[in-house]
Amino acid sequence: MNDFIAARSQMALSLGFHIIFSCIGMVMPFFMAVAHFYYLRTGQAVYKNVTKAWSKGVAIFFATGAVSGTVLSFELGLLWPEFMKHAGPIFGMPFSLEGTAFFIEAIALGFFLYGWDRFNPWFHWFTGVVVGVSGLASGILVVAANAWMNSPAGFDFLNGQYLNIDPIAAMFNKAWFSQALHMTIAAFCATGFAVAGVHAFMILRGSNVPFHTKSFTIAAIFGCVAALVQPLSGDISAKDVAIRQPAKLAAMEAHFHTEKSASLLVGGIPNEEKKEVDYAIKLPGFLSFLAHGNFEAEVTGLDRIPEENHPPVAITHYAFQIMVGMGMAMMLIAVLYFAALWKKRKWLQEPWLLKLFALATPLGFIAVEAGWTVTEVGRQPWIIYGIMRTADAVTPMPGIAYSFYLFTAIYASLAVFVVFMLYRQIKMVGVLYDATADH
Amino acid sequence: MVHRPWSSSHRRSAVSRQPSAVNIHSFTHSKLKMLYIVITYLWASILLYLLLGGADFGAGIIELFTSKKNKQVTRKTLYSAIGPIWEANHMWLIIAIVILFVGFPVIYSTMSVNMHIPLTMLLIGIIARGTAFTFRHYDAVVDDMQYLYNSIFAISSFTTPLFLGIIAGSAVSGHIDPQADTFVDAYIFSWLHWFAITVGLFTVSICGFLASVYLIGETKVEHERLRFAHKAQFFNIAAVICGALVFVAAWFEHIPLFDWVFGNWVGRIAILSATLSLIWMWALLYQGKIDWLRPLAGFQVTMILLTTTYKHFPNIVLLKDGGYLSLTEHAGQEKTIEALAWALLSGSILILPALFYLIYSFQKNPLNYGNEAH
Ligand code: HDD
Ligand code: HEM
Ligand code: HEM
Repeated sequence: MNDFIAARSQMALSLGFHIIFSCIGMVMPFFMAVAHFYYLRTGQAVYKNVTKAWSKGVAIFFATGAVSGTVLSFELGLLWPEFMKHAGPIFGMPFSLEGTAFFIEAIALGFFLYGWDRFNPWFHWFTGVVVGVSGLASGILVVAANAWMNSPAGFDFLNGQYLNIDPIAAMFNKAWFSQALHMTIAAFCATGFAVAGVHAFMILRGSNVPFHTKSFTIAAIFGCVAALVQPLSGDISAKDVAIRQPAKLAAMEAHFHTEKSASLLVGGIPNEEKKEVDYAIKLPGFLSFLAHGNFEAEVTGLDRIPEENHPPVAITHYAFQIMVGMGMAMMLIAVLYFAALWKKRKWLQEPWLLKLFALATPLGFIAVEAGWTVTEVGRQPWIIYGIMRTADAVTPMPGIAYSFYLFTAIYASLAVFVVFMLYRQIKMVGVLYDATADH
Repeated sequence: MVHRPWSSSHRRSAVSRQPSAVNIHSFTHSKLKMLYIVITYLWASILLYLLLGGADFGAGIIELFTSKKNKQVTRKTLYSAIGPIWEANHMWLIIAIVILFVGFPVIYSTMSVNMHIPLTMLLIGIIARGTAFTFRHYDAVVDDMQYLYNSIFAISSFTTPLFLGIIAGSAVSGHIDPQADTFVDAYIFSWLHWFAITVGLFTVSICGFLASVYLIGETKVEHERLRFAHKAQFFNIAAVICGALVFVAAWFEHIPLFDWVFGNWVGRIAILSATLSLIWMWALLYQGKIDWLRPLAGFQVTMILLTTTYKHFPNIVLLKDGGYLSLTEHAGQEKTIEALAWALLSGSILILPALFYLIYSFQKNPLNYGNEAH
């Protein structure tokens, strides 16, 4: 494996790992706040148990998220020193604000996890909300930094120099809003479906049904609301990408030839040699509509973009298809669930709906990973879009492949550990929380 | 057409300033103040990481040097002492790194290249330690896995500050050679030398010392206190020995450490007051007075950091060819520094009161290990 590919793979692996933990770290505090709120209002012990059980899961995820995030802040330099040398001062603003957000999150988490029965209950509840709000803030800030890589702003690039740096303008670049919105909703969607799925599975198994039903309902409602709005926000993102990064849009859709009233492809195998897509279902005009809101509009194809600036088409295309596919599947489930809540209460008692949720456990996270693949691979060959090539940013140190193998081994074992830990948490629910006891 | 935001509306002014505006001379007077604010924050977060993170590492190091029968008790004291502020202690490292890569990108990227290997080792330590600490507490089933978590925690508590010290030592050792043309010169000998290793060991013993002093105040049981006092003594002696070794290594490697530390009044006063406060601290300890121990230990470590950074400030990386990387000359552009300073200042207003309240409430009313968070 050459060093450049190794560096990219290591970055992708680390980010792909971190994003799972950060989504959970951002979203679970809100689920807990709801359960905690019901406990404080109704005094039902089961809500307290749900809050406590979740908070232990979150502590595990939080610690893993924190260490993997710390690793990332070093990896940016370890793998991409040339990039950081120039980008650091420009896109650093969100990172410096993020430091504050993390700190507040860590402090609030200390209060929340260790504060049972020592503070005013509502103060304690509030610290849990602060954990969530500051987590969301840090997620949005770091996405603004990523958006800057897609849509560089806040400096003048003259003769290879980065002049007149304006960190505020860099933070509010043209991509930050659409990306931050889409990412935030994605985090709710993915976490909601994952948590709901696990609890649905436990209900099906018939263990601690009241406990798991309460947990399921909270998570499912969050996840389903997010799943309903996510396609709308995805549409905003797509329109945005069409203007900012036509090469990325073309790669997402494997759109080789510029044309008016372009068709949207469903599935298909891109053939980069022949510049064709085999076996795809074509929806005429829909790509023009998706990209520009008009069935007639012209959509730039890869033919208008110099060959050396083409992103990898196949990966971007498949990843996009996967994200949208997962999004549609979750949207359907959400529609069924809300139909059940409003009109068909009896569906809630039937196992098929729960089975559907149990099967959908990983869908949201698959969509998140696929979505990031679209964004990051679709930006290639640029690390700063239109300014610096990824290949020029990589560390001069040879042997990165070994580093990649090492980190792969570490992340793989961490993943195993976390799953093992969660398995044990869930297995012990019946022992740790007596749902009938009133304390 | 590729859209280019950086050449359109985002351009702030048509006149471009000095091309490489990375020089101290291009900072206007009031902005220089901003630069010093940023540098102060950098120094303070390194210090706080050394003190708080250090005590935290030290707690694990103590575990490594504790006999089997006392390990469980040590662990309990440790947990109730650091549990709630555990996450916050490690934020200082992140703050320091962010300040470096935003404000001083050349320093960050040079160190990242030449210190790639020890930084990777450091990261492995951070991952192992952070997860082991959490897993051992939150594992719902208590069984043999605990043994694994404990060993990982204790060992990585040792290696992480070791590599931190190695990196810090290397930065000022003059072994970093950006022009090196072989792999070993560029990526191995930049950090693998006696000076860096002794600094690493010195850091480890400082951490052990801080933690033992800290834990003395955390337990109400007399013989426990005594045990931690012995540990403090042990690590104090270790620190003195390692410190002496650092000087020996510096002498062999032609690093003018002696001059840095004793060649100026700040250094001499700092070392003298640190020594006096150490004597005072031991006197207090033998009288069984524990109130002042922590501030005194903190003071000593602060003085050590002060002496070792004062003389060659603002240069924090000294290169093989006699060149250096300086906090003033290699700072980012004015606007960046200004924004960073404001971010740090406003962040502190939010963070510090909350952090103090957190520490205060758990000091006043300590955790009862075994009951909380369950
Ligand atoms: C639950 C997760 C999820 C779901 C269901 C969707 N997405 Fe997504 N998508 C993401 C999660 C995600 C993401 C992981 O969060 C990304 C990566 C970067 C970003 O900002 O969001 C993303 C990126 C992303 C981008 C690239 C943005 C950029 O590069 O700036 C586009 C165009 C879309 N999405 C479009 C869609 C559409 C049309 C969807 C219709 C169903 C959709 N997404 C569902
Ligand atoms: C957490 C969600 C993210 C995921 C899953 C993700 C995924 C990826 C992937 C797959 C690559 C490799 C692309 C390729 O080489 O073809 C990559 C590269 C990279 N990403 Fe991201 N990314 C995420 C967020 C971010 C953020 C927030 C930043 C920075 C602020 C960032 C910075 C980078 C850098 C510097 C590279 C390496 C250079 C490159 O390949 O362009 N990423 N990421
Ligand atoms: C889209 C991508 C990302 C999102 C949404 C995200 C979000 C988050 C969140 C919510 C946390 C809190 C930890 C938790 O609750 O589990 C976190 C932790 C962290 N992240 Fe990320 N992050 C992303 C990418 C990155 C990148 C690229 C970096 C590094 C440059 C980074 C650095 C960190 C650090 C240092 C922490 C630890 C802070 C702590 O202890 O709380 N993150 N991230």
